[in-house]
Amino acid sequence: MDFLLQPWPWYITGPMISLILFLLYFAGKSFGVSSNLETLCAIGGAGNFLDYFKFDWRKNSWNLVFIVGAILGGFISYQWLTPTEVIALNPQTIQELSAIGFEHAGESFLPNEIFSIDAILSIKGFFILLGAGFLVGFGARYAGGCTSGHAIVGLSNLELPSLISVIGFFIGGLLMTWILIPILF
Amino acid sequence: MKYAKFLIIGALFGIVLTKGEVISWYRIYEMFKFQSFHMYGVIGSAVAIGVILMILFKQGIIKSYLGENIRVAPKRKGISRNLIGGTIFGLGWALAGACPGPMFILLGRGAIAISIVILGALLGAFLYHSVKSKIPH
Repeated sequence: MDFLLQPWPWYITGPMISLILFLLYFAGKSFGVSSNLETLCAIGGAGNFLDYFKFDWRKNSWNLVFIVGAILGGFISYQWLTPTEVIALNPQTIQELSAIGFEHAGESFLPNEIFSIDAILSIKGFFILLGAGFLVGFGARYAGGCTSGHAIVGLSNLELPSLISVIGFFIGGLLMTWILIPILF
Repeated sequence: MKYAKFLIIGALFGIVLTKGEVISWYRIYEMFKFQSFHMYGVIGSAVAIGVILMILFKQGIIKSYLGENIRVAPKRKGISRNLIGGTIFGLGWALAGACPGPMFILLGRGAIAISIVILGALLGAFLYHSVKSKIPH
């Protein structure tokens, strides 16, 4: 039980993700979260605007159930499995975040500067969240996959398109982290 | 009932990414700052085992529970698609500190703000399909 309450090191977490991959393929399916975004668009009536979304989303029901499970897993771990959200961040990271206005770095999973109620009620804060999501959704479907489909499955399958995508993930991520975040905040 | 197994696998996924702190904005930030090995270890070890799993799938040593061969769909080729799409994704991943899986897990934690990120992601997916004939792949 103690193990369940402690944060897991990378050498537990990584192999556990491989286990998820194994279970999904063993069940005859695949591992890719971002395709659910299209399924949700189709359910939401996007087919009235674009023919692409007229596909029969019921064939993807299993994947929707998977993300409902993920939501449930988030709830379970929030209720019972994370007595503390304190993250052992590199002191240098905490210091650098403080310098750009992020206080209390690592004391919880999410920074208040982006995710607090105050932040989302400001126009700038709202559009930062909406814009960040927009980039994730647009980019994932443009590239044909996100971290699960490209970085985990694609790289495991030695796919060149996935390697190129992951290089793109890093170009975008480095640009945002090193240049844009200090400007935005 | 045939979907119950996916609910359980999904819940396990949510718990694993929470316990591994992968859903934390800070873990993504420090990864892109190269200030911690954690995320590299997570993804690296998942891929290392994944490579072995893929070989076992292809050689038919591991079959699905129905006894069928497991086939992993190839990714679509195209430098522009993967590089530009990937870069756009990376910009959002680093800003939101969450990729699509963690977004839903964070929703289960009651993080209200993440619902705006998910809304944005749905808009992004919709807009991509609106403009895809006009952008390079």
